[in-house]
Amino acid sequence: MDTTASVRVRGLRKTYGDTVAVDGVDLDIRHGEVFALLGPNGAGKTTTVEILEGYRRRDGGEVTVLGTDPGEGGREWRSRIGIVLQSNADASELSVREMIGHFAGYYPRPRDPDEVIEAVGLTEKAGARLRQLSGGQRRRVDVALGIVGNPELLFLDEPTTGFDPEARRQFWHLISGLAQGGTTILLTTHYLDEAEALANRVGVIAAGRIRAVDTPAELGGRATAQATVSWLADGGRRSIHTDTPTRTVAELASRLGGEIPELTVTRPSLEDVYLAMIGHDRSGATGGPQGRSPVETGASQ
Amino acid sequence: MTTAAHVATRPAAALPSLTRLSLSRTSVELKSFFRRRESVVFTFSLPVVLLIIFGSIFHGTVGHTGVSYRLYFTAGIIASGIMSTTFVNLGISIVLEREDGTLKRLAGTPMPRAAYFAGKALSCLVIAAIEVAIMLGIGIALYGLKLPSTGGRWLTFTWVFLLGVATCTMLGIAVSSVPRSSRSAAAVLNLPYLVLQFISGVYFPFSSLPKGMQEVAALFPLKWLCQGLRAALLPDSLLPAEPAHSWELGKVALVLTAWLVGSLILCLRTFRWQADR
Repeated sequence: MDTTASVRVRGLRKTYGDTVAVDGVDLDIRHGEVFALLGPNGAGKTTTVEILEGYRRRDGGEVTVLGTDPGEGGREWRSRIGIVLQSNADASELSVREMIGHFAGYYPRPRDPDEVIEAVGLTEKAGARLRQLSGGQRRRVDVALGIVGNPELLFLDEPTTGFDPEARRQFWHLISGLAQGGTTILLTTHYLDEAEALANRVGVIAAGRIRAVDTPAELGGRATAQATVSWLADGGRRSIHTDTPTRTVAELASRLGGEIPELTVTRPSLEDVYLAMIGHDRSGATGGPQGRSPVETGASQ
Repeated sequence: MTTAAHVATRPAAALPSLTRLSLSRTSVELKSFFRRRESVVFTFSLPVVLLIIFGSIFHGTVGHTGVSYRLYFTAGIIASGIMSTTFVNLGISIVLEREDGTLKRLAGTPMPRAAYFAGKALSCLVIAAIEVAIMLGIGIALYGLKLPSTGGRWLTFTWVFLLGVATCTMLGIAVSSVPRSSRSAAAVLNLPYLVLQFISGVYFPFSSLPKGMQEVAALFPLKWLCQGLRAALLPDSLLPAEPAHSWELGKVALVLTAWLVGSLILCLRTFRWQADR
């Protein structure tokens, strides 16, 4: 992995009237990494990404994407990036093959359209017109159009919304393949399992600011956060938050004399950490998985 | 065409030329148009139906010129057909493309933006040429219209047609930024089109209209497009019924060019590649 940045953002600001949408965002995305930007609706995610894509002008700060200011990026710069927007609903009369072949013609070094069609799993539908495709198939066409130019940097805005579980797995496989081929990817998503499966690093944005940037495993101190030991006792679930789950389980085993009914040991999921960060931001109160005290709690279901 | 996965340092390759992409856009636009069968049928049949209805209602000649009134409005309906395919249909289709994200996606690619406009203009030219050919055929078959009889008249016909298509196309592109959604697009574009048809000498001889109406119409391109086509297709014996007793071809060229340049500037300044949020 190259250590230089594909994307470098410092102090990015954008306001709409009196509303501050992006309020001093700093961001670095390295060459060759998959970076997931997470955040609730209205957090400034789309605005930030659209500024990086050159769709919106910023009001302040410095932005460099592949060494160029996106506000001044010309055709050469555009030929090095690929964009998959949130939704495209055009009722095109072109076939999948015609559309992808046509877009390939915009680029100086396109990929082979048939190979791209195969990569997104649409070979059987290559001759079908776009308007005849299902929602998931349309989304794959969107992705195909984003990658047919063989981009160095790919923007994916909520790419799997509306996919069934199997289609999502196939899509993840496709994206992993692109990442292994060296494509830098900036992904925004509402699915935390998607971020966990694909991203080298995740950034959480809320109220126009970056709250945390880390690997999915380490975000918010996840790896070292207290574990929750939970089991069934007297017909109800009981759980303990502890720094030493192994000792807790051993103690329980000796107390109960053998098998612990319905034992689980978990650490906070990425979703727990993420929600705590967003919740923290909304209420202004401290909290989160690290703030819990190691007391035994009797919890009903 | 490379199939290799990209590497960080790639050799420079030339961007595809504007000409090539303009032609590629034109071909995509034409394919999209001709594959929508209803839109093809209705686009081409509307002026034909109008021509036949007017031809069966109205008879007689224009004033004392001896020129059949049917010939007069045949030229007018050809002009209004050009404006319908370019200005109205094109404007509405761009509003739809803005709303469904087509334009935003194109703007995110290295496609030169001029290629999009060139594709629209060239595809409109082809569609308008077919439409004009159909109407000339009907005029000749039913109303005794004659094709331009001299090289000079063919020349007039050609430049008036090309300039008219170019002007109405640019106007359609410029006006497409006005409607806020596709729901209002047809209403927004049809109003000026319908009004202009009635005041520009499409259906009624221009000189028979009230003076004030004539003065307003003379500010807009359709009146001049009609007049230019009459100059190319109708006999000089009609001249006494023309407002200036002459074809005023210099003015036709001037007004159409002024609208062409004006709407081109408007397109460059105000064209929106994405819908408002």
